[in-house]
Amino acid sequence: MSKKEWPLWEVFIRSKQGLNHKHVGSLRAADSTMAIENARDVYTRRSEGISIWVIESNNVFANDSSESDALFEPADSKIYRHPTFYDVPDGISHM
Amino acid sequence: MEDKNILELERRFQEKIDNDIKIEPNDWMPDDYRQTLIRQISQHAHSEIVGMLPEGNWITRAPNLRRKAVLLAKVQDEAGHGLYLYSAAETLGADREETIDDLHSGKAKYSSIFNYPTLSWADMGAIGWLVDGAAIMNQVPLCRCSYGPYARAMVRVCKEESFHQRQGFEIIAHLAQGTPAQKEMAQDALNRFWWPALMMFGPNDAESKHTVQSMNWKIKRSTNDELRQLFVDVTVPQAEMIGLTIPDKDLKLNKETGHYETGEINWAEFWEVVKGNGPCNKERVDARRKAKEDGMWVREAALAFAEKRKNK
Repeated sequence: MSKKEWPLWEVFIRSKQGLNHKHVGSLRAADSTMAIENARDVYTRRSEGISIWVIESNNVFANDSSESDALFEPADSKIYRHPTFYDVPDGISHM
Repeated sequence: MEDKNILELERRFQEKIDNDIKIEPNDWMPDDYRQTLIRQISQHAHSEIVGMLPEGNWITRAPNLRRKAVLLAKVQDEAGHGLYLYSAAETLGADREETIDDLHSGKAKYSSIFNYPTLSWADMGAIGWLVDGAAIMNQVPLCRCSYGPYARAMVRVCKEESFHQRQGFEIIAHLAQGTPAQKEMAQDALNRFWWPALMMFGPNDAESKHTVQSMNWKIKRSTNDELRQLFVDVTVPQAEMIGLTIPDKDLKLNKETGHYETGEINWAEFWEVVKGNGPCNKERVDARRKAKEDGMWVREAALAFAEKRKNK
């Protein structure tokens, strides 16, 4: 019998109502139900969450970190995307 | 038994809303709540996407490179905002393709303001200042909307949008302080966009059929008239500061209330534009349809390429 490992799962927790789920880490589990239960035990022992999402790690795709500079470079030169780029004359409020 | 269950679910749902607890995609919600949100969020998404057209009209004719880069960035943001919103609608079970087809068939509406033409460069100023200004008034309270994904999308949109109004105001203020001809352009843009901007807040509260239910569900946090008043109170002094005149001879400050009172809005015009008879309704929807048709081969090619890569 060949040894089969439990798959790896990525865990996302919503810490407070109204907020996004945030990645907190990963764990091993046989299926999604077990992954959620394990996530509860591993990541919310101190009431850190009100909702859990799990996704199998091999379904997560990431950018190539060695090429991050080139990937994000286009935004670096566009300071005009920020409101502080614009002069608002004295006396103008609510803008 | 079934009915009793529904009543209990509805009671718990409303209790959450009353306690400012967000409703999330997996939570039970009344069908009307879902449908109302799908309608509102998809209309909002369509408005972002159609809203790219009047400004896109001036990208190649921007007066200098700085203005061009800024306008491009703004239109690009609007595309992004449309995407956040379509995704939020999808969390409610709306199908993206169907949602877009409803826009193209005329079944779905978008903000009427985008059915007005952009005739001069000054209109880029008027749109940023007035149209984005009005949109921000509408969107800020939506950050506290009861539906989680919509509220979170709005937080992101509002944060990004803070530059939109400023860039528009910068354009209009520059023109207003320029040559007499430039000042006239700025005034003309204000004249044409002022009233449609006031109409962006929708019908008067007494005429607004969705307001009461939407307020109870906290999909809407302020009424149309409250937001419109806020906009007028904030914008009139800005116009004065840059030496432009609001095109409303009845406009006056009520010293007792501290609020400006405006003349009567031309609601007949508003309803005509909503019904599809505005100056650019046909042009806008035709442009969207054409974009979808012209892009068809690109979408097909991307799918074919992905398929090929998968089978390698």
